[in-house]
Amino acid sequence: MRSWLFFCIALSIGALVFAFALFLRSDYLFFAGYVVLQFVVLATAWNILGGYCGYVNFGSAAFFAIGVYTSVALTKLGANPGRYLPEFLAGGLKSLLPLPIPALQLMAGIIAGFIGLGMGYLTLRLRGVFFAIATLAMAVVLQTLIINWDFVGGSRGAYIVRPANLALGPLTISYIEYLFLVMLLLAVIALTVARLIERSRLGYGFASIRDDELAAEACGVPTLRLKLIATTISGALMGMAGAPFPYYIGYVEPAATFGLPYAVNSIAMPMIGGTTSWPGPLLGAILLGSLQQIATVTISSAVNLLIVGVLLVGFVVIAPKGILGLIQDWRHARAKP
Amino acid sequence: MTAPLLEIKAVGKRFGGFVALDGIDLDVAQGERLGLIGPNGSGKSTLVNCICGTLNNETGTVRFEGRALDGLPANRRTHLGLARSFQLPRPFMSLSLADNLRIPLIYAVRRRSPLLVPPQELEARAVELLRMVGLDAKARRLPRDLTQVEMRKLELVRAMAAEPKLLIADEVMAGLSHSEIEDIIQLLLRLNAQGISIILIEHIMRAVMSFSQRIAVLVSGRKIADGKPDEVVNNPSVVSAYLGQ
Repeated sequence: MRSWLFFCIALSIGALVFAFALFLRSDYLFFAGYVVLQFVVLATAWNILGGYCGYVNFGSAAFFAIGVYTSVALTKLGANPGRYLPEFLAGGLKSLLPLPIPALQLMAGIIAGFIGLGMGYLTLRLRGVFFAIATLAMAVVLQTLIINWDFVGGSRGAYIVRPANLALGPLTISYIEYLFLVMLLLAVIALTVARLIERSRLGYGFASIRDDELAAEACGVPTLRLKLIATTISGALMGMAGAPFPYYIGYVEPAATFGLPYAVNSIAMPMIGGTTSWPGPLLGAILLGSLQQIATVTISSAVNLLIVGVLLVGFVVIAPKGILGLIQDWRHARAKP
Repeated sequence: MTAPLLEIKAVGKRFGGFVALDGIDLDVAQGERLGLIGPNGSGKSTLVNCICGTLNNETGTVRFEGRALDGLPANRRTHLGLARSFQLPRPFMSLSLADNLRIPLIYAVRRRSPLLVPPQELEARAVELLRMVGLDAKARRLPRDLTQVEMRKLELVRAMAAEPKLLIADEVMAGLSHSEIEDIIQLLLRLNAQGISIILIEHIMRAVMSFSQRIAVLVSGRKIADGKPDEVVNNPSVVSAYLGQ
């Protein structure tokens, strides 16, 4: 199937989901759905580096936070450009600001992508557990920077007041519906990118790196360059997932934004779904994300991470290659004469 | 005389206090079949790693077609026309046999061709290569379904897939039966007839003797003999290195 066809089909499925959610007329559905979709993007992005290349990134929360704080900084700048910028710049920017959310996402994607590239350049000579520790350290460094950056609120955090409604052409929809739509679109884009990578020569290169980096080099695969491409794409998508978040939650502060749940979920979801192909993270994120949302309203919000932990341990023991791995093994066994 | 294809000058490598290679000089001429032998731990594989960029030699230089390879990453050396098989097979475990060969095909051979080479063409070439070692029936299977011997064949054919000018076969015949050894030798001879130079590292003397035009012997990181096969095996220092005093 061609990639644009896949994109169109994914887009129509997305449109159906959105129409269905509108039909149910429940704001809660949009609130919960947004989080699930956000995790679809994060899990898919993590999988591009972690699943395809085999480099475990523990710093997902940092990339997500880069998106969040890009959004906060640009929104604050947009609210009062004259105060922070010289006259000649402020005048020109006034017509552009405040930026709409897709533009914020684009900016966040660019910045997070660059930071991904830089992080990759510094850490990709490390392998296995050393790389994982380095990404974790990078997250801590970035968190410290944000805590001490007063412009975006430092450790006090920052408030973003979002409008109640948004006029989208002729029709007016509530802002949460708009955010849901934006995230839905991003999820479709992320899945298309992941699938495109899988089927291109890039995907084969990534797979060879995951299986055996030395042998990949010997086969002519420029491993360092490929890994840098992976960290850049992965980082950019995570940043894009973070950009609308301040508008969703209304108040952000470093401890929560850099929180463990993002890092753990973006690893656990692909692991549970299966890391070798794009449906894995999608499956894992929908399954685990929905379960967490249900647990939050029925049991308690604190039980979230417990569910993730228990499921992760269970899958590591019973099905280390996730749901997709189970299906593939079953198919493989059947194909054998 | 034309310049050698591969020129190794005073190459040295140590691991901590252990001297793995101690000033090796070795040339491989265009189209030559060189046998490289030596007892276990004599530095054969380390030398291969230094030639191919898996390890960096600390002293000396390796030149390929007159170009110094110092500091060049392994993938660039493969692009220049060096290919090697690993002594312990390192297949890409999650990829089918055909896809294992697809990696060198797209990253070494079709490097400059458009982003997406017609997949059927790659598939056909991969199956053709697998047929050379008798693995074509298993093209869609995963390496874990292979026997150890088949994995060695896959390892060799993956190196061949990169279409090298110099192929380094590191113990591809270990564990093979007599007729299989004969098959592999015939295969290597055919490749050599196409103009590919080959370095064969092997413990099976029968194979080395029948294949090589020249044999070099490494012992404890030093080259102690280099010459015609008959002369080398009768060389007293080679005999004493293998059999003791």
